[in-house]
Formats: sequence, C-alpha cells, structure tokens
Amino acid sequence: MATRDLTADQAVATDAAPAVRVTGVSQVFEEGRPPVLDRVDLSVAPGEFVCLLGASGCGKSTLLNLVAGLLPPTAGTVQVAADRPALMFQESALLPWLTAGGNVELALRARGVAKAERRAEAERLLGLVNLSGSEGKRVHELSGGMRQRVALARALAQDSPVLLMDEPFAALDAITRDVLHEELVRVWQQQGLTVLFVTHNVREAVRLGQRVVLMSSRPGRIAREWRIDISHPRSIEAPAVGAMASEITAQLHREISRHG
Amino acid sequence: MADRSADTLVDGHADARSVEAGLDALDTAPQLPPRPGLGRVLVRSVLPPVVFLALLVGVWQIAYVAEVKPPYALPGPADVWSTFLETVADGRALEAVWVSVSRGFVGFALSLVIGTLLGLLLWSSRWVRAAVGPIVSGLQSLPSVAWVPAAIIWFQLTDAAIYTVVLLGAVPSIANGLLGGFKQVPPLYDRVGRVLGLGAAGRMRHVLLPAALPGYLGGLRQGWAFAWRSLMAAELITYSPSLGLGLGQLLNVGRELSQMSLVITSIVLILVVGIAIELLVFAPVERRILRNRGLTVGG
Ligand SMILES: Nc1ncnc2c1ncn2[C@@H]1O[C@H](COP(=O)(O)OP(=O)(O)OP(=O)(O)O)[C@@H](O)[C@H]1O
Ligand SMILES: [Mg+2]
Repeated sequence: MATRDLTADQAVATDAAPAVRVTGVSQVFEEGRPPVLDRVDLSVAPGEFVCLLGASGCGKSTLLNLVAGLLPPTAGTVQVAADRPALMFQESALLPWLTAGGNVELALRARGVAKAERRAEAERLLGLVNLSGSEGKRVHELSGGMRQRVALARALAQDSPVLLMDEPFAALDAITRDVLHEELVRVWQQQGLTVLFVTHNVREAVRLGQRVVLMSSRPGRIAREWRIDISHPRSIEAPAVGAMASEITAQLHREISRHG
Repeated sequence: MADRSADTLVDGHADARSVEAGLDALDTAPQLPPRPGLGRVLVRSVLPPVVFLALLVGVWQIAYVAEVKPPYALPGPADVWSTFLETVADGRALEAVWVSVSRGFVGFALSLVIGTLLGLLLWSSRWVRAAVGPIVSGLQSLPSVAWVPAAIIWFQLTDAAIYTVVLLGAVPSIANGLLGGFKQVPPLYDRVGRVLGLGAAGRMRHVLLPAALPGYLGGLRQGWAFAWRSLMAAELITYSPSLGLGLGQLLNVGRELSQMSLVITSIVLILVVGIAIELLVFAPVERRILRNRGLTVGG
C-alpha cells in the first residue's frame, strides 16, 4: 500500500501499520493566533471505525482536511495507507450540473475506470446506497438524505480503503439519519473499510464507532477516548448507547466549561 | 467486528430499506405537471406582445393621421409596410440581413475565441489579472463606436475595420463573463475535484468550466449584444460600395434618399434580428443550463 508522507523527514517506523496515522500535527492558520490544532496524535487501525467528537469549531474539519491531503500541516506528519482517502464533505458537495449517476461516474473516471464500465459500476454503487433507478436524477431533484447517499456512493466510487466523513448526516432528520447509519455500518462491514467519522453528536458517535475520540477546543487536542464494546446492530435508542453517550457528554461538558 | 445472527441482519436491513423507500417517496418532488398545451403557450407568451404591438401600431396610425410630423418625416404604417414588401421583393431586405448576420456571426465567433482565451489568461495569471483586468473592464463600458474612426484610419473602408470594431465591442464582455463565472465557483467544488483525484486539467474540464458556465453564458449573451450593436454602428459609418449592403448600410441608403419608410424598415429588421437571436439561441441554452441545475425560478 502506498504511503503518502507529508513531511518525509519525520516519518515514523511502525509495527502494525495503521490505516491513518497522525503524529504531532499542529495547524496554524494565521501567524500570531493560537493554533487550531496542537500536537494531535491519532491513529486508526485498518478496518476500524473511529468517531471524532468535539465542540463546534474545535478543528475537526481541519483535521480531516489534513488527513485528506487538502491541507499541508504546519507541523507534524500525516500518513495514510491509501493513495487518496475518500472524503465526504460536511456540506452536500455534489456537482449540480451532473446527475446522480454523473457525480459517481466522475469519481470513477478520475480513478481511471474505463468508459465502458463506468455506467454499470455507478449503477452498482447507487444500488449499494439504495438508490437504484435514480442515476438520471438531477441533484436538485433529490432530497437531502438522497443527496448524502449519492455523496456516499461517490466516496465509495473512489474505491479507497480509507473513508473520511465530515458530519455527513448533520443536516438530516432523525429517521433519515437512522436509516443512513444502518446503511453506513452495512457498507463498512461489507467492504472492510477504515472509517474516520467526524460528528458533534455524541449519540451518533456511540451508535457508529468502535472507538470515540474526544477533541478539546482552542487549541484542538485529543482529550480522551473510549472503546465502544456494544455489538452491532446497535440502535441509537439502546440503553447501552444512551449510557455511554451520557458519560461522554458529561466529559464534553467539562471540556467546554473549561473555556467558560 | 461485531457478531450477530444473520437473521437480525436481514430483518433489520429489509426494515431499513422499506423505511428508506417511504422517505424517498415523501422527499422526492412530485412529478412536474405536464407541459402546458400549445393553446396555453400562445395565450401566455405570444398574445401579450402581439397585443402590445397592435396598440403601438394603432398609436402610430393616429399620430400619422393627426400629422404630428409631416408625412415625409413620419410615414404611416401602411407606407412602411409597402416599402418593406418592396425591399423584400427586390431582394435588398434578404441581402442586407444575410450580409449583416453573417458578419455578426463571424465577428462573434472571433470574439468568442479571443474573449475566451483572454478570460482563461486573466484567470490563470494573477499578474495578468492585476495588469490587464481593469483595462478590460473599462473597455466594456467604452462605446465601441468610438473605435470606428481609428479603425477606418488603420484599415480604410474594409471588412477588417468593421471586425475590429465588433471585436473591441464583444471581446471584453466575453472575457469578463468567463472571469466572473470562475470567480463565482464555490471553492468547495475545487476541493471535490482534488479529493476525487483530478489533476489540474481534469479539474478545469470537469469542475471549473462547467461550474462557471452560467456566468460565461451571461458574458456570451452580452458579447453578442455588443457585437451586433458595434456592427450596426460600423456599417452605418463605413458606408462604401465595396462593403456590400448590410442593414447599417441600408439604413444609410434610407437617410440619403430621405426615405423615412426605408429607415424605419431597416430599424425594424435590425430589431427583429436581435430578438430572433436572443429567442432562438440564447434563451433556450440558458433555460436548459439553469433547469439542469435547478436554478430556474417559477413563473
Ligand atoms: N482556512 C482557514 N483560515 C483561517 N481559519 C480557519 C480556516 N479553516 C478553519 N479555520 C478556523 O479553525 C477553527 C476550526 O475550524 P473547523 O472547521 O476545523 O472546526 P470544526 O470542528 O469542523 O467545526 P464544526 O463542528 O462547526 O464544523 C475555527 O475557529 C475556524 O475559524
Ligand atoms: Mg466542521
């Protein structure tokens, strides 16, 4: 597997190579201002589902952009066991002049899939997110939930073993989100993906993740992490999920009130 | 990874699928109503301008009968109509429209190529944008008829002089339209292109250009309007037998013969060509682009 190395000089030798490894990463956007991220260490094992939790503005999207290679870190290294991790953006980032199928096909094309195979492959991927028959729909004809599913299909079309997701379901209603959680867990298990999932919804994090990592704000640091040993299928209403979520929420409140 | 029985997987899964199907059905916009019938279209979009036109001709007829101006200065609608039929019959109308429209198309095509290249150049180089951008914007507000004397001095009474004026009128609008289109592309789209792994050329072709299309089209539309206006100004001034008979020249013939009905006929022809290009070329293209992106406003 190819390793993308953003600052080669600090590359670290590892025993069991993680799928994502962030080492001592700091990010400063404007000179003189406190760093948005401060010496963040995070590693995600292959096939692991990690949820990154934190208050608004704590630097979650920034960290994800760093891992996606959209932003070079001010300091530290980012290593990803994939040429290019797939990324689902916080906003609906479908291209509005293309159809649902066209958006997925563009990802296939960028990956070098032959023209003859693109259409069938796009149909298969849309089927995977339960959108068979919607290939020809324009983006504006889709509901918010359907758009996010197309975005998920497009991310899967990148065929990367690493999937980064930035609050992909934040703008959806509870029922649609439930359904998409189920869908996502199914795809993750079927494809053996490594998922790094950003959210500020504690229950969502516990519902999905095998591990929940809590970030503190200003500067963004890893504050704590929890293993979630609740077997799938989980329900967001399950008592075990609720109990874990309360514990994490209490910690999150403590993190936030440090700033008060 | 979590363990669980195959049964719950299948059940839960089927369940979620049916919920999802229901949600999709609720969320999806209902089918658009069928296209309005021909009758409705006629009543809604053809009738109003026809009625207005009839009113206008009525007012004109009244002014003519009341002799607001002497008849040589303000001929009646019937006189103009018969002059129009004459120019059609002797072939001058068709010739003038053909000469001008073909010149307009050639000039616009040249402007399209040059304006697009200039727009790309302005976009790709910060330095060029800083140095040339303000001048291009300034040229946009300079009436291109101001170039006619210079063009005649450079190229005498030739087609080259006419095209020079047309280009100076249309190129700045097209270049600025493309640049404005690029500037309005949300940075998110470029990041999408990068995440998908498109290179610079791929992002230009698959992301940046399509995203900038509405602004570019606006520039093209304005470019055509400016090209057509500049062409008329140039034809009107560069009146010479060697340049053939365009609409601008026909207008000049009318003035020299003091034949007001020919002058009005020419003006109407110029107007009709402008409206026809707008309705037949730009309006449908724009409607299609906007509809594909869900940007049309109802009504
Ligand atoms: N390009 C940038 N230039 C300057 N400051 C930035 C930039 N991007 C992010 N920031 C700042 O970095 C901080 C973290 O932003 P980020 O978008 O990573 O937060 P977040 O945790 O994703 O928040 P949210 O939950 O609201 O999405 C914010 O204070 C933001 O203002
Ligand atoms: Mg964010």
